[in-house]
Amino acid sequence: MIRAENITKSFAGRKVLNNISATFEPGQTNLIIGKSGSGKTVFLKCIVGLLEIDEGNIWYGDTLFSKLDFTGKKEIRKEMGMLFQGSALFDSMTVEENVRFPLDIFTGMSDEEKLERVNFCLERVNIINSNTLFPAELSGGMKKRVAIARAIALKPRYLFCDEPNSGLDPKTSIVIDELIKEITVELNMTTIVNTHDMNSVMENGEKIIFIEEGEKCWEGCKTEILRSDCKILNDFVFANSLAKQLKASSLEE
Amino acid sequence: MLPGIIAKFDKTIDLMFRFLSGFGAYWLLLGKVFARPEKHSIYYRQTMKELISLGLRSIGITVIISFFMGAVITLQTAYNTENPIYPTYLIGLGCRDSIILEFSSTIVALILAGKVGSNIASEIGTMRVTEQIDALELMGVNSASYLIMPKVIATLVFNPFLTLISIVVGIMGGWIAGTSAGVITTQDFVYGIQYAFIPYYITYSLIKTLFFAFIITTVSAYQGYYVEGGSLEVGRASTKAVVYSSVTILLFNVILTQLLLS
Ligand SMILES: Nc1ncnc2c1ncn2[C@@H]1O[C@H](COP(=O)(O)OP(=O)(O)OP(=O)(O)O)[C@@H](O)[C@H]1O
Ligand SMILES: [Mg+2]
Repeated sequence: MIRAENITKSFAGRKVLNNISATFEPGQTNLIIGKSGSGKTVFLKCIVGLLEIDEGNIWYGDTLFSKLDFTGKKEIRKEMGMLFQGSALFDSMTVEENVRFPLDIFTGMSDEEKLERVNFCLERVNIINSNTLFPAELSGGMKKRVAIARAIALKPRYLFCDEPNSGLDPKTSIVIDELIKEITVELNMTTIVNTHDMNSVMENGEKIIFIEEGEKCWEGCKTEILRSDCKILNDFVFANSLAKQLKASSLEE
Repeated sequence: MLPGIIAKFDKTIDLMFRFLSGFGAYWLLLGKVFARPEKHSIYYRQTMKELISLGLRSIGITVIISFFMGAVITLQTAYNTENPIYPTYLIGLGCRDSIILEFSSTIVALILAGKVGSNIASEIGTMRVTEQIDALELMGVNSASYLIMPKVIATLVFNPFLTLISIVVGIMGGWIAGTSAGVITTQDFVYGIQYAFIPYYITYSLIKTLFFAFIITTVSAYQGYYVEGGSLEVGRASTKAVVYSSVTILLFNVILTQLLLS
């Protein structure tokens, strides 16, 4: 379980996160939604400790993560996997080396074991016969999938995905959503996903947190989202006409 | 008038403050770089990679520049000492000493600052803006140490060889240019480069090279590591890397010369 308490974060005097609290349970996909620039990425980076928070606490289970030093954080980071918004694959390494890297760092596996695990993870995200390619030779969607493979290589307890399906076609996007959902249940992970893809919200949203201008405006699950009367949320979720009709018909029922 | 002066004063203070905080950040970064590495095998692999990309790949440019500079130094010395009082072997001696004392350490370092420095800053800077450094940190890797230490070690190990190569090639360039222009005979040249040879000069040159190698890698890495923004800022960082490391090299050249030769 991950708990964020009253997180506040400013950049050069500009408040980007304002007093956000949230609890993320294991075994389910937790979504953070909000429009572009609302602070999703910053919030996620605060949770994993890549950005220092100004105020508040971040708990991983019973550990007060936000007050730990580098070595203390490292213990918990062994159990984290993260997919960055821009994939963040290592340019100088091949696909295989990228996925193997966390195994090199944290495990004492033999080379064969590592290769087996790497290939297993790559197959999971549908990347086959591309082990020797470099990131520059991959398409945007392929990079994303390789980055997911890297994030799950160590069988993490905590998985963070920053917009896992932006830039993917609808079909691959669903495959990725399902993959994230599956492994979350399989490994009983605490998964936090940033997204503004309504498809994945309706598919995966067991717990949804809606952020607007750095503040938490709404919290609930995918069935509640249809019935919510939070104006800003409705404007965001039902931005297109199809969705508006959907909402209207769901209210009629 | 007074507000004008105060504004100027403010600016100076601001500049000084920025300089000092940058200087402090540089030392903090070095502290992070030289923290004890945890997985030696990975560092070893990285160092080998850097030896190739920063070391071996610099041999070409070093050889070309040294050859031509050696040639020019010899010809210049010859034309400036065209006087029957000076024995011609002095041309060989002058060529040798200029190359060992200044050229092969300082000038080669300045050129490497251009090549290696911009390379390091843009590589690390790109990794910063594309979140690759965040990805390393998230995996519990000390990114500063992982990225910078192998480069420092690789250049500290390899640049002395570059200096030695430069000395040899530079003197050869001088010999070939001098003899083919007919300003000195092979015999005189060889006599000249052996005349009153002080082996300590080589040590001096190598010590300078070590300092310069350290300056090039750490100053450039610092510029890249703290980039914020996008590709534009990476480009700027790589320019700054070259300028700052060159200026620092020139400054240390004076200091080291005073310390080592006085
Ligand atoms: N390093 C930084 N320095 C200054 N401001 C920043 C920094 N990172 C983010 N911000 C600001 O914080 C705000 C939130 O950014 P964030 O990246 O979290 O948005 P987001 O919700 O992830 O948007 P998107 O969906 O487009 O990715 C933005 O206004 C941005 O300008
Ligand atoms: Mg974002």
